[in-house]
Amino acid sequence: MEMPSPNPAILARKGRLAERLLAVLPADAVIQDEAETRAYECDALTAYKCPPLMAVLPRSTQEVSEVLRICHEEGVPVVPRGAGTSLAGGALPTADCVILGVARMNEVLETDYDNRIIRVQTGRTNLSVSGAVEEEEFFYAPDPSSQLACAIAGNIAMNSGGAHCLKYGVTTNNLLGVTMVMMDGTVVEIGGAHLDAGGLDLLGVICGSEGQLGVVTEATLRILRKPEGARPVLIGYDSNEVAGACVSDIIKAGVLPVAIEFMDRPCIEACEAFAKAGYPMCEALLIVEVEGSPAEIDHQLGLIIEIARSHNPVELREAGDADEAARIWLGRKSAFGAMGQINDYMCLDGTIPVSSLPFVLRRVGEMSKEFGLDVANVFHAGDGNMHPLILFDANKPGDLETCEAFGAEILKLCVEAGGCLTGEHGVGIEKRDLMLHQYTEADLEAQLKVKDVFDPKWLLNPAKVFPLSVTEGRRAMALAAE
Amino acid sequence: MMTPGSEAELAEAIAGASGPLSIQGGGTRGLAVEGEVLSSRGLSGVELYEPGALTLVVKAGTPVAEVEALLAAQNQRLAFEPMDHRGLLGTNGEPTIGGVIAADVSGPRRIQAGAARDHLLGVRFVDGSGQVVKNGGRVMKNVTGYDLVKLMCGAHGTLGVLTEVSLKVLPKPECSGTLVWHGLGWTAALKVFCEALKSPYDVTGAGRVPQGRAGKSMTVIRVEGFEDSVKYRLTELRRLFSDLKPDELNIDAEENTHIWQSLRDAEPFRGKAGDVWRTSVKPTDMLKVTGQWDFEHVADWGGGLIWSLVPEGEDYRQKLADVPGHATLVRASADTRARLGVFQPQPAPLAAISAGLRSQFDPRGILNPGLMG
Repeated sequence: MEMPSPNPAILARKGRLAERLLAVLPADAVIQDEAETRAYECDALTAYKCPPLMAVLPRSTQEVSEVLRICHEEGVPVVPRGAGTSLAGGALPTADCVILGVARMNEVLETDYDNRIIRVQTGRTNLSVSGAVEEEEFFYAPDPSSQLACAIAGNIAMNSGGAHCLKYGVTTNNLLGVTMVMMDGTVVEIGGAHLDAGGLDLLGVICGSEGQLGVVTEATLRILRKPEGARPVLIGYDSNEVAGACVSDIIKAGVLPVAIEFMDRPCIEACEAFAKAGYPMCEALLIVEVEGSPAEIDHQLGLIIEIARSHNPVELREAGDADEAARIWLGRKSAFGAMGQINDYMCLDGTIPVSSLPFVLRRVGEMSKEFGLDVANVFHAGDGNMHPLILFDANKPGDLETCEAFGAEILKLCVEAGGCLTGEHGVGIEKRDLMLHQYTEADLEAQLKVKDVFDPKWLLNPAKVFPLSVTEGRRAMALAAE
Repeated sequence: MMTPGSEAELAEAIAGASGPLSIQGGGTRGLAVEGEVLSSRGLSGVELYEPGALTLVVKAGTPVAEVEALLAAQNQRLAFEPMDHRGLLGTNGEPTIGGVIAADVSGPRRIQAGAARDHLLGVRFVDGSGQVVKNGGRVMKNVTGYDLVKLMCGAHGTLGVLTEVSLKVLPKPECSGTLVWHGLGWTAALKVFCEALKSPYDVTGAGRVPQGRAGKSMTVIRVEGFEDSVKYRLTELRRLFSDLKPDELNIDAEENTHIWQSLRDAEPFRGKAGDVWRTSVKPTDMLKVTGQWDFEHVADWGGGLIWSLVPEGEDYRQKLADVPGHATLVRASADTRARLGVFQPQPAPLAAISAGLRSQFDPRGILNPGLMG
């Protein structure tokens, strides 16, 4: 993966920059020792590493503003970082950048149940947002798999989703307001506790901009009252096609489950070996979960089971109690851990129209043979968000490259099927060079124009999201102006 | 008036324009500016509808009525419940889906299902230079590049003219039920809103109109779903309000439609003299808006949206200066609109960003100039 070569002029100014940052931050918030900056050399896309010039860990919006003002004046690129759980390399540094980590900003600023909102500093983890409102039986809906560790800042940057977004939407649908610091240090407030922010939907374009438009330090999030209960059903089929048809029929019937998860045979086998959840060995497993009162759940599950039966399932298992429900989820929830036991793996998240599921799964199977690497599929079927896990051996020369080439082909297939490169992980560096498969240069130019407005000097996370060839002129201009 | 019949023709029309363009869908929302009318009505038709994937792709000039009929035939709908402005504004014409999206028009269900912007999956548009751009797509989850889809929704045509939109559609529930209180004051109504929306019963509407059937104010709470579930939740909600018992429990389909359409369309102000303002605030700030002046108000979104009937020409925004949120002048004379502006001016740094975006997407300043600032 190509990254721009570091600017020697910036490397030479490290001392002066550190001095200026230390004038506005406490000593323990500026990390410049080479051994210590290594802690920030990568995120969860660990195949790529590069220690930053420095890392800073501000504690307030004011401190973030000071840091950005100084970096802006010094012409130093800044890479914002939440908890470093990005699977796309969104927080990968360059050697001449300052990593701006928001991890120390993790306070709850306000909870307001009458207005169904919580305001937090964005270094707070996703799960602890729900934790803060749990005693009143509320929760924050977006639930990425990394929710124990990932920060709201990163969720906003990547517009993160999760298993339950079929019903509750993704981050952008649950974000009401932000305090954001622009690259020149200006602090802006957008939206708030009211439902629509007014004016152009700046909040909408900031969410998912991968830290390229500003650093969001505080967020007003929508919280929801927990449903009375939830219960899953496990359905097994002897072909992906039939399982896909069942998903489509459930949706058409007017039932809107909170989650429809899909696992194929390689995934079922791996999960079973790892977690021993008692899954049946078949080609495709669906876990469908519905919410409500016990009677409402019974009614919805009744409809789902009727549809499932009409497709001749090889297995149909209802959860009689909480324990059985937990067993149904056990295998699915340990899917990534199970894969990690077997091998190194790369997790993709291309999204496709639900109707293309059987075709895409068949093609991925064929391509697996062509590339000689195994692949297991586990994904959010209700919204077509695939998660092919390609298994490879990082210690075997050439395996990573083959894996990346295979991954790229799968993502291109998703686009050809009418879908997109990434449904919830973001582009980062991982899918940067595939952007022209989904968008024309004119389409990308329209996106670059947005960055020109928010960050005219192209200093915020500049080497991400877009192919380097497409942004070269802008990055060079910023450098020359400096 | 220009009515291009294809996206390519529309792009040519914009590229060749020499002066301001007034972008128009059905022309029912009262937002026309000075300039040559550029209509999207020539771009009409369904490109793709997959009920099993909950997705619909239509050209921007397609009438909303056509979209709704198509969806209804499959027992689906646009869950964001777009308002029809014709009654309130006294306009004629056929509302288009492009107009709904350009103005991010959402109704009472916005509190539960989200706004139009939350259901918009993809767009195609032509920017102010005549360049065709696409963003997003037709799948439910998409974080590939910047979300210009959101930016275009609610931009009122000032960043580009929509040619095609992809929407997430949802199943139409079997049943809809409403709890009704007659004669509640604003404070009690707010209490009802908050309690109902804090409950686990998935409320999909919460509003108050000044004069209901009984000649008194009418406060309403809605739940939707399978019939048994609706009955169960209405009963549970009723139990919640031990000291504030609702007067009616209504599950009649026709009457429910009427109640919520009337709220959605700010029907109580239809044909009544005065300017109509639409204010978006934190729900509990509703009392700061409704409590202080002797104007008539309609409340929606559990208090978060307030329609107010204000004496003609009055600068209502000034009265609301201390309430966080924003006020839109939806109905007024041309003079008043010119003097006060339709949309609330933004704080300087945000206004600068918005102006920057407009000059990037419409460098000649010809798309609905002046409408949003």
